[in-house]
Amino acid sequence: MKTRRDFIKISTAGAGAVALSYKAFGSKGFGLFESNSVDPVSDEDLTPYPTYCEVCFWKCAGWAYVDKSGKIRKVLGNQDDPHCNGRLCPRGTGGVGMVYDNDRLKKPLIRETRKDGSQFFREAEWDEALDLVASKMKEVKEKYGPEAFGLFNHGTPGGQFHHLLKAYGSESNAEPAFANCRGPRSSAFFSTFGAYVGSPENTDIRDTKCLVLIGSHIGENMHNSQVQEMSEAIDNGATIITVDPRFSTAAAHSQHWLPIKPATDIALLLAWIHVLVYEELYDKDFVEKYTFGLEYLKDHVKNFTPEWAYGITTIEPEKIRETARAMAGAAPSVIVHPGRHVVWYGDDTQRERAMAILTALLGAWGKRGGFYFPEGVSVPAFPHPHFPEPEWTWKDWNEGRYPLATMGITTELLKASIPRYNYKHQVKAWLVAGTNLPLSMPDKPLFKEAAAAVEFIAVMDTMPMDITGYADVVLPEATYLERYDVIRSAPNREPNIALRMPAIEPMYDSKPGWWIAKQIGERLGLHDYFNFDDYSEVIDWQLKQLGTSLEEMKKIGVKKFPRKSGPLYMGDNEDFTFNTNSGKIELYSTDFADHGFDAMPKFTKHPEPQQNFYRLIYGRAPMHTFSRTSNNPNLSDLMSENSVWVNPKVADLWGLKKGQEVWLKNQDGHVTSFPVKVRVTERIRWDSVYMVHGFGHKNKKLSRAFGKGASDTEMITNVVVDPIMGGTGMRGNFITFLTEEPAREEKEVKA
Amino acid sequence: MRYAMAIDTKKCVGCGDCVVACQTENNVPHGYCRDWIVESVDGTYPSLSLEFRSERCNHCDNSPCVRCCPTGASHIEEGGIVTVTHHKCIGCGACIQSCPYDARYSHPEGYVDKCTFCLHRVQKGQSPACVDVCPTRCLHFGDLDDPNSDVSLAIKDRKWKTLAPEAGTDPQLYFLT
Repeated sequence: MKTRRDFIKISTAGAGAVALSYKAFGSKGFGLFESNSVDPVSDEDLTPYPTYCEVCFWKCAGWAYVDKSGKIRKVLGNQDDPHCNGRLCPRGTGGVGMVYDNDRLKKPLIRETRKDGSQFFREAEWDEALDLVASKMKEVKEKYGPEAFGLFNHGTPGGQFHHLLKAYGSESNAEPAFANCRGPRSSAFFSTFGAYVGSPENTDIRDTKCLVLIGSHIGENMHNSQVQEMSEAIDNGATIITVDPRFSTAAAHSQHWLPIKPATDIALLLAWIHVLVYEELYDKDFVEKYTFGLEYLKDHVKNFTPEWAYGITTIEPEKIRETARAMAGAAPSVIVHPGRHVVWYGDDTQRERAMAILTALLGAWGKRGGFYFPEGVSVPAFPHPHFPEPEWTWKDWNEGRYPLATMGITTELLKASIPRYNYKHQVKAWLVAGTNLPLSMPDKPLFKEAAAAVEFIAVMDTMPMDITGYADVVLPEATYLERYDVIRSAPNREPNIALRMPAIEPMYDSKPGWWIAKQIGERLGLHDYFNFDDYSEVIDWQLKQLGTSLEEMKKIGVKKFPRKSGPLYMGDNEDFTFNTNSGKIELYSTDFADHGFDAMPKFTKHPEPQQNFYRLIYGRAPMHTFSRTSNNPNLSDLMSENSVWVNPKVADLWGLKKGQEVWLKNQDGHVTSFPVKVRVTERIRWDSVYMVHGFGHKNKKLSRAFGKGASDTEMITNVVVDPIMGGTGMRGNFITFLTEEPAREEKEVKA
Repeated sequence: MRYAMAIDTKKCVGCGDCVVACQTENNVPHGYCRDWIVESVDGTYPSLSLEFRSERCNHCDNSPCVRCCPTGASHIEEGGIVTVTHHKCIGCGACIQSCPYDARYSHPEGYVDKCTFCLHRVQKGQSPACVDVCPTRCLHFGDLDDPNSDVSLAIKDRKWKTLAPEAGTDPQLYFLT
């Protein structure tokens, strides 16, 4: 076998350490810790404060260790926390970099226009900024009704503003986490099992005998407890089957890697279902007792043989049979992982349905090593009056489309903001909290048109993300290590809660999200919805209802509660009613059929790249979260820019060399704002390229991230919408290489 | 007593948590690091293998960095841990050149710095920061002279390799393969 060897050091020092070190010091000339010594501080000299992480949505609980001078030295995981088991991921460990990033938003900013028409941001005091936001909210309410004020939200800061908007009378909110990410699996699993997979997912990876990953790259996504449990599963000798056109980290740790042709996953899933059904490998007792529609399914998949799938997926029939039998051999301790970012081709809900059907055939729902029954703690709401009933909500933008959407669809919120779409219910102003829309949403031209159309935009963030460049008012939020926040309560094996409290006072003139929301609420006469002086009062009241207190939680950070809903798994032959139309697990979805959709998944052929174009696949790096961490001094130190992965055959064809900078152009003629370095690697197929998402920032105020790498989002202008729930399929975009910077017609001028 | 570390390449995902944890624990300035990740890929698509290695000083039994140090700043501590006494170091860089693993760097304040196996933690019975943080638990630390230590148990029934054995340094990082 011919061997070829890639050799890449992810960290900055090591080989060539001297040259890199000098450069790093000379160009930055600052240190996070400016002490004259590298002597570590003993843990006994540090004070720990409980928190849960906000660098990603996994929300691992930990302790922020503060030294005697009031500096946070490190953040470590909480041993009792099931999200992290005492071990944070690199982003959580590097979360301290969010606090000490010199580029943070430091003062409220208000957009001003000079006489010549040019615009700039002026620093303002909080009163002025908050008065302005409140006056715009009043104005919109009077002119159009409160519903016309929309909210883009993500994470805990988004939650504070969601409360504000509901009190104000609007439920015109949407978060990229649904239609741009995990929405299809929610709709698919709910239609099949009458239950959601949740976050963290109820996958029992710890005890599984077979883990199937389809485009899910655990290990590159650092969904902490899942990464930990996959490692345990490896120790336990579990079989891992990874389906990916890219040789991912998970693929490298798998017994079976199926290097599938992109966009053909449903064909593989149908062939697997065919093998289970026609070789009678499915769990007969489980299927008979708990499911509906086996006969329909049997008929449906009759012709979807492995030989049929071979011609579509390029996966050999014997490999398809071998892996199907491996799953059946491990059943019911088998997980066909639903994944997380699953908006690929516009038929994603159907692909997720196929995965749910496989799960049902293997009898893995409610079983050890399959999917467990999670339970959460219901945290009572702090007393407030009923929310007013809006005359219309996010559901009404859809006007009958996307009937199985369970949350607001971001692209619909954009379209509702653009008059030419002529929506019956239009949005006139936005609040944006905790999400960097220009990099978190596809179809940037649509975003820009919407941002230009609305009358007012207020953005709350900790960093001068690209979205702040579109704001009329920028509200600098304190980081998660400087604020109280909502009690974390996410369903898990054991019900549990976690506390976030400030480890240090907010730096600069930043303020906690709860404070900002309350201040705006007070100005709108909504005091009764914010009937507290400090958020610690809310938390203490809630904790007391749960039989604990703020005082206790400050000492322990995480508290577990006994389960009330019954065991983690279904008993053998136990009677069970599912929350679906038929009361059974639906192999044949009556819900889909009722809405005029295919009741069982079908394979649809998707467009292929044209000559000289390659399918754009994007994903995660373990040390970064979305575009949020690219400027974090600790994490940019690990990975400061992305690259475009190119197969050596393709590189030869184009004469591309390792490290060469290229611009990418997509099928619609869009070119990346910045060049990106080529990584020549066997780890990617010849018909595709791969990029880590979240780079190519355009705001110069991000001194470390500006212009570093290219934005995959800029290349995603073709969006295939899932008719079932409105998901935005983003994998139907193709790029080609430009080896020289193209002449540009349009220059973007920013405030 | 002989401290050593085993790194399970079958479990490491190359996330770099060990690098960040070391930086925050040991106050390593940005742009520098005492440990790092190596990713090595073999084969051609689709017959491929991939190995991630969390690398650092090998705390060699036969350490050229200690031998070549003109001031005695580089020395061997309890359990074979190789460290640098910063105030004795004149920053000549001979040790950097002598190390086959490229494990040392010049600290901006003029001395040479490197992994200490978190001696300050080990002396209190704790593990190094990188070991304690690793989400995949692929790092094992302890005393090779103790047959029940984490590292002894980790290498007992597994195949392992060391890096650059030809350099004759008798390295004490064991990569489980």
